[in-house]
Amino acid sequence: MADLSISFAGIKSPNPFWLASAPPTNSGAQVMRAFELGWGGAVWKTLGNPIVDTSSRFGSLDVGGQRMVGFNNIELITDRPLEVNLREIAEVKRRFPDRAVVVSLMVESKEDWRDIIKATVDTGCDGLELNFGCPHGMCERGMGSAVGQEPEVLKVVAGWAVEYSPIPVLIKLTPNVGDILEPGVAAVAAGVHGLSLINTIKSLIGVDLDRMVPYPVVGGRSTNGGYCGPAVKPIALHMVAALARDPRITVPISGIGGIATWRDAAEFIALGATSVQVCTAVMHYGFRIVEDMIEGLSNFLDAKGMKSVSELRGKALPAFTEWGDLDLNYKVVAEVDPETCIGCDLCYVACRDSAVSCIHVGDEPLAEGHRAPTRERAIAAARRDGRTAHVVWVDESECIGCNLCSAVCPVPGCITMKDVTGAPFESWNDRIAKGTAKVPGGLEDWRAARSGKR
Amino acid sequence: MATHETLIQLDRLERAFPDLKPLYGDGDAVAEANRCLYCHDAPCTAACPTGIDVPTFIRKIATGNARGAARVILSANLLGYSCARVCPVEVLCAGACVYNDWHRPPIQIGRLQRYAVEKAFDDGQAGTLFRRAPATGKKVACVGAGPASLSLAGYLALAGVDVTLFERRAIPGGLNTTGVAPYKMHVDGALREVDFVRSLGITIQEGVEVGSEVRAEDLARDFDAVFIGVGLGQDTSLGIPGEDGPGVYGATAWIERMKLEPGFAVLGVACGAVIGGGNTAIDAARELSRLSVPHVLMVYRRTAEEMPGFRHEMDAARREGVRLVEKAVPKEFIRQDGRLVGILLDDGRRIPADLAVVAIGQTRPRDLAAQFPGVEVDPGGRIVVDRATCRTGNPKIYAGGDAVRGGDLVVTAAQDGKRAARAICRALGVQIAVDAALNAGHQ
Ligand SMILES: Cc1cc2nc3c(=O)[nH]c(=O)nc-3n(C[C@H](O)[C@H](O)[C@H](O)COP(=O)(O)OP(=O)(O)OC[C@H]3O[C@@H](n4cnc5c(N)ncnc54)[C@H](O)[C@@H]3O)c2cc1C
Ligand SMILES: Cc1cc2nc3c(=O)[nH]c(=O)nc-3n(C[C@H](O)[C@H](O)[C@H](O)COP(=O)(O)O)c2cc1C
Ligand code: SF4
Ligand code: SF4
Ligand code: SF4
Repeated sequence: MADLSISFAGIKSPNPFWLASAPPTNSGAQVMRAFELGWGGAVWKTLGNPIVDTSSRFGSLDVGGQRMVGFNNIELITDRPLEVNLREIAEVKRRFPDRAVVVSLMVESKEDWRDIIKATVDTGCDGLELNFGCPHGMCERGMGSAVGQEPEVLKVVAGWAVEYSPIPVLIKLTPNVGDILEPGVAAVAAGVHGLSLINTIKSLIGVDLDRMVPYPVVGGRSTNGGYCGPAVKPIALHMVAALARDPRITVPISGIGGIATWRDAAEFIALGATSVQVCTAVMHYGFRIVEDMIEGLSNFLDAKGMKSVSELRGKALPAFTEWGDLDLNYKVVAEVDPETCIGCDLCYVACRDSAVSCIHVGDEPLAEGHRAPTRERAIAAARRDGRTAHVVWVDESECIGCNLCSAVCPVPGCITMKDVTGAPFESWNDRIAKGTAKVPGGLEDWRAARSGKR
Repeated sequence: MATHETLIQLDRLERAFPDLKPLYGDGDAVAEANRCLYCHDAPCTAACPTGIDVPTFIRKIATGNARGAARVILSANLLGYSCARVCPVEVLCAGACVYNDWHRPPIQIGRLQRYAVEKAFDDGQAGTLFRRAPATGKKVACVGAGPASLSLAGYLALAGVDVTLFERRAIPGGLNTTGVAPYKMHVDGALREVDFVRSLGITIQEGVEVGSEVRAEDLARDFDAVFIGVGLGQDTSLGIPGEDGPGVYGATAWIERMKLEPGFAVLGVACGAVIGGGNTAIDAARELSRLSVPHVLMVYRRTAEEMPGFRHEMDAARREGVRLVEKAVPKEFIRQDGRLVGILLDDGRRIPADLAVVAIGQTRPRDLAAQFPGVEVDPGGRIVVDRATCRTGNPKIYAGGDAVRGGDLVVTAAQDGKRAARAICRALGVQIAVDAALNAGHQ
């Protein structure tokens, strides 16, 4: 059994799975139920001066019947009195001393930051997370992403917190920026102890076409919200990796965004995250999902021969590089397994309409001199047991190895991308260095041809 | 216009049968539609005798465009409603679905099709799905108002042809109305579809038999073309002792009474025997079984493997308690005091039975065909046509459906009607618009 425990800037947690600051961490009763089920930590729903929320406040992006692929909210920070929250935080920490209890904060003035930090630290919690990320409602009042989008302002406010807090300070970053490194570097310069990201992405989830009001509908109106859920994971992964591989980022990262399974978590950790935080998946399925997250991650580490989760951290980072450093001689081609192909021809139409038409059906002819190693087997499989399936095969000489067919194929494992690399490594940057980085057919040639004609 | 409410009574025994495949609600339909892979050059479409573009209509259901789905379905098959409910999809579209090759349940194409068309019927706007071409002045007569004629009539009406259907029965729809198993569709379902086709602008003269009330030669003279869609005739009898008398019925006659006759009941039957091995026999057996007849036997002269009925239907019948007696050739119906008590087989076996349904086939339309000069029948009594055009030896006379195929399916009758409609338009010089429904689906 691999060791799942972590230490995040000195904050101890029995596993890397934390609840993100959100509705699931709204109250002591909820957080305690989550801890009973195994969550390693929780970031309390953001404290500040209480607000009023609207009804309704959530919207869901459903894709092909799959609910909540993306999720949108216009909820603000906690609506409960500070006093009640502080009492419950203290109670949770007392009952679960081994779990990470981090409290999210958002206020405006320096004085407010000083007082709320003092009051929060007195609960015995393990760390603070400054919410510089909320992209709706609070930012209109000069808080949340309004701070996170201005590196200079961020640095000042973070500096106050570091000054007032005897416990670790994390900054929760907003993805609503051009370059995540700017706020990340500013936060580290202010002396914070960790970064959490991403908060939600500014969004408009959809429109009620009968009422002609965007979602979520509040009376006859709506407003922009913050987007999260499985659909944002790729954006979050990129931002986490971009920070993690930058030498200026010297503090641990808590990865957030679309995490629903141990696999998602393992990807964030492999790209440099120390802990991960979950919101939408818990809102969708409840706290119980953590059981499989823990077991699945543990089994995965065992299977890979890793003794602890810290061995996984950053494992995929060295392979994350610039485009210019990729091997231009690396070559894969699609290969269809005729035995499992069901003949839906989705790959065929995808390749025909969006790639190079190198997928063929049945006994279509193979161009002279081209390679298609599975063609005969495909023809045989199509007719096996008297069926007339449209089993496909790939003209390898034409295939550009783009992956599109394997992305659309509904049958897992039916299309594999086969490595047919035949030349040694050479990147674009290598070509620049060698002076061979010119691809014919560009404007230079065009101009030359035109001037020749004159 | 006579609508179905005025034609049928409420105390029909068939109403005791709930739908085996109930109507989908919106959520279920969208969920099932989302399972469809949206195949390219889809095998389900190839397997549909009318060539409905299945992936396209299913995707429209998934996007919430049920009306568009109904348009796609009905353009290739104006009888897409009854077909959705009565087609043996297991051996047609769904049987060809790529999910079978994946060893997963195929898409419920029939149920999705019913969902889309029934929604269009419900909102009362199905008649506006298609544009009707201006009147051409051409006149076509149909003999019979079953699926083949209705399909032809609807397409021709949309092309601007004036169509009159002469139906011998008081109620139109052919076997969709009088024969289809009630756990698939009740009479009112069939009549809803007739009303839809009627709304495209056709005339149905019920209670008029061609050959007696109206003469074949009058039709051939008064109309620009005639379509023979008379289906099959009376149930064939075994011709063995004891067959005449109470307790022994021809299958289609019995089914028709069960579906339509007010107050018809099956009471006190302990053992029902159905003689035959085709789909009508299996239907009758399943119906008896579902009417709580304690013992239902199918009496078939060969073995299970040789049965012409669909295997999936026979499997379902077995699950419902029907037992098959193989290699069983009836020699005599045994009666006591006139009451049926059993069947004696030619090998000496005796089968107890207080109700017997004879499902060994129906007569062929020889006599009617003979009244149209130039219309020939094959040795089996089926009207001979050119398959692509449904034209008979008489260039003015067309025929399709069971009258041509022997007992077949509603969907093949619908395709025959479509083919004949195309051929008649060509023969009469009636223009078919490029985007007309008549161009949709298989040739
Ligand atoms: C019991 C039973 C169950 C069936 N179940 C199914 C099923 O589940 N699915 C399926 O696809 N198929 C089923 N079929 C087959 C299907 O019903 C037929 O293939 C289809 O109805 C044929 O259509 P048609 O228009 O050719 O003939 P019919 O449906 O037979 O219609 C012919 C019409 O012509 C009328 N007519 C006949 N002679 C004259 C005349 N001289 N003048 C005026 N009118 C006349 C008749 O009254 C009738 O209304 C079933 C058949 C039977 C017998
Ligand atoms: C493989 C791929 C290549 C793309 N290349 C370009 C490009 O060359 N120029 C461009 O403006 N957008 C490019 N885009 C972005 C698309 O035009 C589009 O803005 C984006 O995919 C979002 O639209 P969506 O709704 O289809 O996802 C590309 C997208 C994909 C998936
Ligand atoms: S989730 Fe609960 S609180 Fe929210 S709208 Fe539904 S019932 Fe109300
Ligand atoms: S997408 Fe996959 S299953 Fe479908 S035809 Fe292509 S290889 Fe076969
Ligand atoms: S074969 Fe099946 S999955 Fe493919 S389009 Fe037809 S119904 Fe959909």
